[in-house]
Amino acid sequence: MLHFVLNDREVKTAANPATTLLDFIRYDANLRGTKIGCREGDCGACTVLLGSVENGEIRYENCTSCLTPLANAHGRHVVTVEGLNMSELNRAQEAMVSHSGTQCGFCTPGFVVSLCGYALNPDTSLSRTAKDAVDGNICRCTGYKSIERAADQLQEELDNLGEAKTVDKLIDKRFIPAYFRDIPQLLAQIERHAFKHRGKQPVGGGTDLYVQKHDEMPFMEVAFPFKHQNGTRIWKEGDRCHMAPLCTASDMMKAPFLNESIPNWYDYMKLVSSNPIRNTGTVAGNLVNASPIGDLTAMLLALNAEITLKDPGDQERTIPLRSFYLDYKKLSKTPEELISRTSFDIPTTGKFNFEKVCKRKYLDIASVNAAALLEEKNGVIFKASFSVGGVSPIPLYLHKTSEYVKGRELTERTILEAAEVLQSEISPISDARGSAEYKRLLASQLFKAHFLNLFPSQIKMSELV
Amino acid sequence: MINIDAKNHVRGTSIYLDDIQEIHGTLFAQPFCAPVAHAKINRINLEPAMAMEGVVAIFTRSDIPGANQIGGIVPDEPLFAEDEIHFWGQPIGLVVGTSEQICRLARKKIEIDFSELPVVTDPRKAARNDSLIVPPRTFNTGNVEDAWEQCEHIFSGRVEVNGQEHLYIEGQGAYAWPKEDDSIYIASSTQGPTAVQRTAAAVLGLPMHKVEVNVQRLGGGFGGKEDQATAWAVMAALAAKKLQKPVKISLHRMDDMMMTGKRHPYSSDYRIGLSKELKILAYEVTHYQNAGAAADLSPAVLERTLFHSTNAYFVPNVRATAYSCRTNLPPNTAFRGFGGPQGKFIIESAIARAASALKVPADHIQKRNLLSEGDVMPYGQKMTEALAKETWEQCAREFDLEKIRQEINEFNATNPRYKKGLAVQPICFGISFTNTMMNHARALVHVYTDGSVVVSTGAVEMGQGVNTKLLQVAAERFGISSDRVKLESTNTLRIANTSPTAASAGADLNGKALEIACDRILSRLKKAAAEKLNAGEIKLANERVVADGEISDMDWEQLVGLAFSKRISLSEHAHYATPNIHFDKKREKGHPFAYHVYGTAIITAVVDCLTGTYEIDRVKLVHDCGKSMNLPVDNGQIEGGLVQGIGWLTLEELLYDEKGKLLSNALSTYKIPDMYSVPGEITIRHYETEGHELAIKKSKAVGEPPLMYGLGAYFAIRNAVTAFNPSADLAINAPYTPEKVLMDLYKKGGGQEKEAVHEAKQTELY
Ligand SMILES: Cc1cc2nc3c(=O)[nH]c(=O)nc-3n(C[C@H](O)[C@H](O)[C@H](O)COP(=O)(O)OP(=O)(O)OC[C@H]3O[C@@H](n4cnc5c(N)ncnc54)[C@H](O)[C@@H]3O)c2cc1C
Ligand code: FES
Ligand code: FES
Repeated sequence: MLHFVLNDREVKTAANPATTLLDFIRYDANLRGTKIGCREGDCGACTVLLGSVENGEIRYENCTSCLTPLANAHGRHVVTVEGLNMSELNRAQEAMVSHSGTQCGFCTPGFVVSLCGYALNPDTSLSRTAKDAVDGNICRCTGYKSIERAADQLQEELDNLGEAKTVDKLIDKRFIPAYFRDIPQLLAQIERHAFKHRGKQPVGGGTDLYVQKHDEMPFMEVAFPFKHQNGTRIWKEGDRCHMAPLCTASDMMKAPFLNESIPNWYDYMKLVSSNPIRNTGTVAGNLVNASPIGDLTAMLLALNAEITLKDPGDQERTIPLRSFYLDYKKLSKTPEELISRTSFDIPTTGKFNFEKVCKRKYLDIASVNAAALLEEKNGVIFKASFSVGGVSPIPLYLHKTSEYVKGRELTERTILEAAEVLQSEISPISDARGSAEYKRLLASQLFKAHFLNLFPSQIKMSELV
Repeated sequence: MINIDAKNHVRGTSIYLDDIQEIHGTLFAQPFCAPVAHAKINRINLEPAMAMEGVVAIFTRSDIPGANQIGGIVPDEPLFAEDEIHFWGQPIGLVVGTSEQICRLARKKIEIDFSELPVVTDPRKAARNDSLIVPPRTFNTGNVEDAWEQCEHIFSGRVEVNGQEHLYIEGQGAYAWPKEDDSIYIASSTQGPTAVQRTAAAVLGLPMHKVEVNVQRLGGGFGGKEDQATAWAVMAALAAKKLQKPVKISLHRMDDMMMTGKRHPYSSDYRIGLSKELKILAYEVTHYQNAGAAADLSPAVLERTLFHSTNAYFVPNVRATAYSCRTNLPPNTAFRGFGGPQGKFIIESAIARAASALKVPADHIQKRNLLSEGDVMPYGQKMTEALAKETWEQCAREFDLEKIRQEINEFNATNPRYKKGLAVQPICFGISFTNTMMNHARALVHVYTDGSVVVSTGAVEMGQGVNTKLLQVAAERFGISSDRVKLESTNTLRIANTSPTAASAGADLNGKALEIACDRILSRLKKAAAEKLNAGEIKLANERVVADGEISDMDWEQLVGLAFSKRISLSEHAHYATPNIHFDKKREKGHPFAYHVYGTAIITAVVDCLTGTYEIDRVKLVHDCGKSMNLPVDNGQIEGGLVQGIGWLTLEELLYDEKGKLLSNALSTYKIPDMYSVPGEITIRHYETEGHELAIKKSKAVGEPPLMYGLGAYFAIRNAVTAFNPSADLAINAPYTPEKVLMDLYKKGGGQEKEAVHEAKQTELY
């Protein structure tokens, strides 16, 4: 039995846990404010909020309900646009109306939900502005400028609330309806009996599975092997970072210790999907999906990550991520083995860089992505690891290129020579993300970009063309 | 006035097609389609699908009681494929079942045995094979042959401009149910309810009066639901009639993208001749329009391409020819601008390449050739109230074009990695359906005895704010509060024989009809008031009757009550037809447009010359709204149109493989602008005029024209690329994706594939 809170009401349902939250909301709960634009996580029309109690506090994140298995709502507070309505317009709604942020209106509930989620999310330090909160919402009518102005207004109103944005304050100032006050209590009752469902197909966040097997998932025997609530999903031990199976891209993005150690970490992570996808897609799912173009995969390859695999008998083994990928979507693991932990050394002296080029800068899959970890002293590079995606059947660790660079002087010549080695390691094909010729050129350019970005005073663009 | 739907939109309470509460017993349906672009169907085995639990029926062409035909302009498009398949994604039949999921699984079990035939995706190849939708058309003015001799510079070349997926966020869908007496009700997400009604009647073998089509609103249309919403509505109606059950169809995004047509890709050859002073003396262009597998609206789109082949310029000698080429792509269709943007893009490309070769900024050529009052366009219309030069000058002055140019030059001189580019984009767009016959509309107004007013017209609300404007018209006409007026859905029983809501003309045509309807009721009311109050002149303002200049005791409600008690009709149904327009297709001359919309934009872009990525920095524009009746709505159209135009020419890349399969078939592979990819700044200024008589409340049509400011994005990026790689001869092949930009940045010299040919000697300029 699945048990959660939908807006102001408790729901207990025997509905198929593999059905999407979207279908449940629209056709079982008959709440039609949540729209369907793509069923692929790419438009945000279906955006809802998921609230979970963590460390005694309730946190809300937006997600695309079209890719969220109903099972992942268990024990949480699901908020649709209806759950944000009050007799008057709430602040986000008011801002959208007064700035004409809505035309045909089909995308609008999604924007409103994302904006309200931002208002609710106490962690405003990293999300930065209300505008960033709607990075997963696509609008075909407005050209966004009016929505931007609405988001700016909301931001200003939130800033005016002062430091402590308590739920009471948010209710009082009409950002959210009053019933939000009672939610923690409702959720607390559910905590005790966890939802269990066993099948053959393990699901993490579902953001890959529900795209790839869209029609089949509701009919499949799926498993949700990981418990959702509480527990720390990403933590630091000494200089080592560890991630639990349900660690999401957002967890990684927001981890304070990563942001402190790796300059631009937040900006790199912002290049990965969008808020709602990052909030649900897991790091482990990204690794196991084995897409040659996986961003987290590329980053973790360059960061020399290790993964721990656990079999059904609870036997564990740890392998370098570099040896995980055998061939296109072929992994060095049994189908039953699950990733129970992902770990890497947090760079302290080394410099990390991530590059990604797609048609659209944000919320797009890379044509080519690339990551680098470099350490230089007295003009000599003594540690180098490079990865590149989109130019080979697997997420590629550049063994030869990394070896070539190690021990050489940090000069444009080294870079140009190493780019030649890189060319010998890749084998791109032409597809919707670009021609093979383009990807070859781009891979070299991104390789150069690592150096230009990490060593701006030592490396000159003019010497690299 | 803010869009009247806004409050419901933000609360999620607006009702779109898929939000209609299902009637008990509703069945769901999904089309199944061709898995190949051109083939002969040998056999279809429905058995395995029919055997699935939950599958109720599968319909194919043999189940159609009337005509298996949905073509609008040319009857060349079956609802369900006949013996031959003509495009990948062509509907072959419809699976009906107890749930959408069942239908989607069942259709995977349908076996189609076919023999493949050669696939043509290239319009030029189709033209060589004489595979044309309609005979080619040519617009002629002056004498190009003679003019070439007077030209100092002549350039010729080829331009490719790709299509565009509409990507309305609400996908296609329809919901139909049987009514008594063999009639049918169709809820449709269409811009053209009458097209749906007419086609459903023909396919079902019913008279039109037995088919009721109702449209509440669209979650975006952009032309993609002008003709192409019809098929789904007709399918739902067919299934509902056959099964005597309500049947609903909602296309999933990938099906929608695969099965429906888009903006037409064009491949065009141009030849442009300039005088020493950079006056364009002659322009010759041949357009090969990729129409896809059926006519759909292609002939009309083609026509608008010809009308707009010289954009906002006056060229004395023009020959523009266009071929509508039949290929094995989905039938391409209307899309905001309707062929106009392609026509304009080609001449802008010709100018850009002439400018590169002559080493002058393109805007020097553009500016010298802007049309003026009294100029006669190649299609014979004499331009009046022309504002091409005026908007350009205001734009250049107000935004200081020369300073922007200087800043960019300085930036480029000092920046090895990033380069900026600038483009100026003038527009001139004709308002009216180019098919004169379609320029009329009707409005129905009821005043109820409590003083509330309900308005029905043929206009479909799809976010463009037409209902808001119509409400303004009615409230103003009656002198009452806008709260008293309600805009009703678009329904074929209330308003018959409508033109689709398209061509930017929805508010003008329906608004003018509404004015007439309101005025007729008003004159009856006034007469009643005059009698009662013994007054000469009666006016209505602020809900009160004003008699001979004095505010009387009688308010709106009392006036309505009075009229009703005197058995005066409180309802009116009025008709409006645009005056003064005509076009003679034999001579290709006439006066097709009620008026034109003008404007000029300055667009700047910055390119990362290491990675080929770019941003559109700023767009500053001066637009001619006439006398805007609703600035928030009009500005919304300008911003939205502009961004859609930029998307078309930059990120949005339609990709078919050589077998005619759509590769960019989802939002993950077809990228439309997101919030971060739009210009950092959009500044809108209005060119202030008294407005145009033929525009509703003198407020000019605004739906389509601003899209064409987006053309400038292509040329701004191109100019930035040239700043990095000045020696390369850059082909023009839109959209300018980061891929093409990077390849151009590192393209070596002019070399092998010289695209632009400079035919005349180059001389000192001015
Ligand atoms: C709109 C959109 C945008 C995206 N953008 C990006 C992007 O920019 N960059 C990018 O890299 N990815 C992107 N993705 C892909 C996706 O979000 C990521 O790959 C995500 O990290 C997958 O995690 P998940 O938990 O959702 O995976 P799921 O879909 O739940 O699972 C994926 C696979 O991993 C398996 N799996 C999950 N967890 C484990 C585990 N612990 N042990 C073993 N197997 C496991 C599942 O069985 C399944 O085979 C995008 C996806 C969408 C829908
Ligand atoms: S429907 Fe588009 S993101 Fe869910
Ligand atoms: S308002 Fe139409 S998609 Fe955003």
